[in-house]
Amino acid sequence: MEGWDPNTKSTLTQIPLLSTKAGPRDGALWTQRLKEEYKALITYTQMNKSNDNDWFRISASNPEGTRWTGKCWYVYNLLKYEFDLQFDIPITYPSTAPELELPQLDGKTHKMYRGGKICLTVHFKPLWAKNCPRFGIAHALCLGLAPWLAAEIPILVDSGMIKHKDDATTSSES
Amino acid sequence: MEVEIKELLADLQSLNQSLLDPSLHASLHKIQSRVEHLANLAKAEPVRRSKVQDMSTEVVDSNPYSRLMALQRMGIVENYERIRDFSIAIVGVGGVGSVAAEMLTRCGIGRLLLYDYDKVELANMNRLFFRPDQVGMTKTDAAVETLSDINPDVVLESYTLNITTVEGFETFMSSLKNKSFSPSKEGSGVDLVLSCVDNYEARMAVNQACNELSQTWLESGVSEDAVSGHIQLLIPGETACFACAPPLVVASGVDERTLKREGVCAASLPTTMGVIAGLLVQNTLKFLLGFGQVSPYLGYNSLKDFFPTMQMKPNPQCSNVACLTRQEEYALAKPARDAAAKAKLDAEPQSTEEGPLHDDNEWNISIVDDCEPEGPDTRSSDVLPEGLTHELPSADEFQKLPTEAPVIDNDDLEDLRKQLEAINSA
Repeated sequence: MEGWDPNTKSTLTQIPLLSTKAGPRDGALWTQRLKEEYKALITYTQMNKSNDNDWFRISASNPEGTRWTGKCWYVYNLLKYEFDLQFDIPITYPSTAPELELPQLDGKTHKMYRGGKICLTVHFKPLWAKNCPRFGIAHALCLGLAPWLAAEIPILVDSGMIKHKDDATTSSES
Repeated sequence: MEVEIKELLADLQSLNQSLLDPSLHASLHKIQSRVEHLANLAKAEPVRRSKVQDMSTEVVDSNPYSRLMALQRMGIVENYERIRDFSIAIVGVGGVGSVAAEMLTRCGIGRLLLYDYDKVELANMNRLFFRPDQVGMTKTDAAVETLSDINPDVVLESYTLNITTVEGFETFMSSLKNKSFSPSKEGSGVDLVLSCVDNYEARMAVNQACNELSQTWLESGVSEDAVSGHIQLLIPGETACFACAPPLVVASGVDERTLKREGVCAASLPTTMGVIAGLLVQNTLKFLLGFGQVSPYLGYNSLKDFFPTMQMKPNPQCSNVACLTRQEEYALAKPARDAAAKAKLDAEPQSTEEGPLHDDNEWNISIVDDCEPEGPDTRSSDVLPEGLTHELPSADEFQKLPTEAPVIDNDDLEDLRKQLEAINSA
């Protein structure tokens, strides 16, 4: 955890750790894991809200809890940039982390694999591997997606690759 | 093209008529007949070879297998034609997988199963196999198009899916189990799985499937900086599975800190990928046709042209449950294996008793067997030969609570889901 800012560190320590090592093909154990995932996500979302740092919405989009969809956003120069967020729980979960996708940014940055999967190789995958099975979806968002947004969105905005939705409408109207 | 040739012929005709010097008529006539020949060639449909019933050893220009069957005559391979009985699954039809598929197709493999979810992009054109006119097609469909042209004898199956998702994995498993191609075959429906994917998640999915099916597979990979790669043989229970230890990578041989990682996630070279595909298929052929030795692990460092090799035993504490089951089975089968090895040894004609190689042994030099005794070995995967490193750290020791009764979770999943929804919409 060297090199992480103290804020992220203190947030991370407050997200409950998970204990059940189970993936979507593990039946009842997966249900148990899913409960732990929900608890961690509930705590993390609540914590963000009370710290005035609310930055994502995520919920399972199928009853099995293997596909998740939602939104995430980032504020830069007092403007809010919002993106669709989606991912599947891989069958080898939690040995492998979910591959977080921002489909609207597909093709706009090199730090992304095809389909809008954000690049997590250097800053996140080793941490996930080290902390398996204690990290879950909430941890992946906190340590994977949040730093990615913080690093990439300013560059994408400054380079003109993404425009704020108000700018986009005014420019198309004029 | 046809119009152009027609006009050219007309020009030649008028030139012929206006020519005064009769000595030039002969050469002009020659040009005319050449152009007519070209016109015929342009009209002809692209040649598609028909299927071949049996692989012939006859050395003629029209036999697509003559040079392969020559391997038999040279004593390299005992029975080359067996290749038509084999099924190979190639997972990932990218820079390595597509080239491996083409090599196996040209070798006359019986059946190829191709898996990929991607489409061909212009950004793929720095690698081999795919053509710019295939941009936009799925990689599996584009591959089937090219491969069936090259060799119509190969049975091709294409699966456009992502094997790491629950749905994709089920289809993947059932396609591997399908034995309609060779119903008498033991085990699964394929002889070998080649993993040619570009990410850890997909490799772990292949590992999971192969551990569950007790299916031998070959893993391959090229580093993200495109200058090194590896192949690895995985026999469930007998060799380390992909989850037994963090994946190995070939050290690039340059100071990692000087590598620029900013801005890009992956580079690729047709050369490195071609080398790895070649090594992968060479070992596939050795495995299938029973010649030479199949490398358990072979690394390739292109900056120093260094090829480290090593062997890895399974980890008795592997986190993959199916791997542990295969390890138990392998240990149980040891007496049978020993008996078979002994029988094989006995069957071989005993060489006549050899006298001592050297009559005197002044220094009492003796040869000591350095084979390690068979059995679980926890050290083996920790010690790496020079030039290899681990890509990811191992999981920290999971703090086990003192043996109390397991915490029973009475929470209801539906309640938790609703709680999250409530917070989300607040």
